Amino acid sequence: MSFVPTWERQTDMGFFLETLIGGLMSGILYSLVALGFVLIYKASGVFNFAQGAMVLFSALAMARLAEWIPHWFGFQNLVLANILAFIGALMIMVVVAWLIEKLVLGRLVNQEGITLLMATLGITYFLDGFGQLLFGAEIYKIDVGMPKEPIFLLEHMFQGGILVNQEDLAATVVAAALVAGLAMFFQYTVTGRALRAVADDHQAAQSIGIPLDRIWVIVWSVAGFVALVAGVIWGSKLGVQFSLSLIALKALPVVILGGLTSVPGAIIGGLLIGVGEKLSEVFIGPMLGGGIEIWFAYVLALFFLLIRPQGLFGEKIIDRV
Amino acid sequence: MFYRENGQFKTSYAADQQIFPVMQDRLAVLGLLVLAFVAVPALAPEYLFRAILIPFLILSLAALGLNVLVGYCGQISLGTGGLMAVGAYGAYNILVRIDGVPLIVALLMGGVFAALVGVLFGIPSLRIRGLYLAVATLAAQFFCDWSFLRIKWLTNYSSSGSVSVAGLNVFGWSVDTPAEKYLLCLLLVCLFALITKNLIRGHIGREWMAIRDMDVAAAVIGIRPVYAKLSAFAVSSFIIGVAGALWGFVFLGSWEPAAFNIDRSFQLLFMIIIGGLGSVMGSFFGAAFIVVLPILLDQGAVALGFDTAIASHLTLMIFGSLIVFFLIAEPHGLARLWAVGKEKLRLWPFPH
Repeated sequence: MSFVPTWERQTDMGFFLETLIGGLMSGILYSLVALGFVLIYKASGVFNFAQGAMVLFSALAMARLAEWIPHWFGFQNLVLANILAFIGALMIMVVVAWLIEKLVLGRLVNQEGITLLMATLGITYFLDGFGQLLFGAEIYKIDVGMPKEPIFLLEHMFQGGILVNQEDLAATVVAAALVAGLAMFFQYTVTGRALRAVADDHQAAQSIGIPLDRIWVIVWSVAGFVALVAGVIWGSKLGVQFSLSLIALKALPVVILGGLTSVPGAIIGGLLIGVGEKLSEVFIGPMLGGGIEIWFAYVLALFFLLIRPQGLFGEKIIDRV
Repeated sequence: MFYRENGQFKTSYAADQQIFPVMQDRLAVLGLLVLAFVAVPALAPEYLFRAILIPFLILSLAALGLNVLVGYCGQISLGTGGLMAVGAYGAYNILVRIDGVPLIVALLMGGVFAALVGVLFGIPSLRIRGLYLAVATLAAQFFCDWSFLRIKWLTNYSSSGSVSVAGLNVFGWSVDTPAEKYLLCLLLVCLFALITKNLIRGHIGREWMAIRDMDVAAAVIGIRPVYAKLSAFAVSSFIIGVAGALWGFVFLGSWEPAAFNIDRSFQLLFMIIIGGLGSVMGSFFGAAFIVVLPILLDQGAVALGFDTAIASHLTLMIFGSLIVFFLIAEPHGLARLWAVGKEKLRLWPFPH
């Protein structure tokens, strides 16, 4: 057995942990986007491809409103501007949800899944074009005052400690709070119960007097809210720009890995994909020529699905003839 | 008044089973072929070939291939762009690495490679269904994108995976002018449309449709899902691969992996959904719609005097809303409109 100096082995361990934590944190952000998919799929059976476009649209609204509102009302308070912009963007997303329900989905009831999927792709194009037309197509910044400096953890255990971005940490806390809040909302409020009823069975829910169209507006609004939170976090990390709408493609393997109908699945799937992606990029990537992030998540999800076709937590698919 | 089948009696099974049983249809198709093979090459301006006719033909071939898989076998695929790339780069490799190989052989070999990759990524369809499968096929898309960017051998060590092909030559016929390129594409498209139509009418097509309608029930009546699904993947990917090779060789001339990115997959899926799932005719309608519409929108927006950035955003918006509008107005696609129109025409001008 060859001699490995203790400190060197420890930094390797530290590096591994650092990658792991980085993966977990980007995983949380994937979960946020995936959550939007799952909410809408559960309640209306629509595979909402427009979730990424909604993230971009809401982030654009937030970024520009935060810029414009102080200008309109003539004050200089950053916190107030951000709060007002957030509320404004949220209202815009509710209007978007209402319009989507009234103009598109309400008229496509009972169509096949693939038709609905293509309709949401149409919405994606529309929102991408409309958002950039309305709010501009530059790169914008969202500054919600998230701490930027990295911090070092466990310095007494590892040489140099583990580098963690405070920004990521804050994002994680926000995401966790959001998920907990949503879980409470679904579990303990009347609306939440109605939402769960619709998710279980449209017809039964309608027959006991739950108004389907209103429920769908609420679900799309909630998905819009989740998109807004995801957009703000991603936007303040990377800047608000068109590529933001592509994170939907990152969230897709998360959704199928966790199961299309499962909220906890979206969370755990997101974490798994986030960690898998980062670890594979660092440890397998160099062997294959790098850049394997773009397909690794998909292949990972594919192998999971071969074992469990309904995803980790999805409802079991039962075939009847 | 003029379009009706009474008086056209069939006296043999062959006559009863022909593709166009109504004489007027046969005449119309014949007229269309004469127009496409003789009149268009002689009369159309060069711009029309380059911007509309050649892309329309190649993409309708790809849409036809995708329609076999999605429309007839019911397996949703979002990996079409990747398979087109496999076809294009496969054909390119054959052409570069084997001396004096005929162009047609290279194109068909591109199709064979695409079929192999398609079957490989089709294997999960035996376990996974519906939207799960759609997302799983994205794996094919991203994996292909990545391979042609990173695995240098596949692109003959060219920088950033961009390759080019010059001097197309089909058995001594050198294909240079746009009109000749158009004819080459037209020939292949007609050939593949005929083959596909016959496959679909045959027993394998019926197996695909049984699987599409309900795979468990199909298995119960003795159709092997493995064979039916994988053969659909193979046939579909082969056609898509040939279309990809044509897209690279004939339309682009030189290309890089980005020419076959995920937008291409979505575009083709739009074509078959707007054109009509499970319809050969629908693939052509859809391709025409999706190829021509953005050109018209762009020209319209520029003609109205918007600057290019705003025009491109407006185009996106209008394109998106038109797609949604079409899905709402006719979820079964343009092919259904066509069929309804023909039904109406049989009665016209009488009300019953």
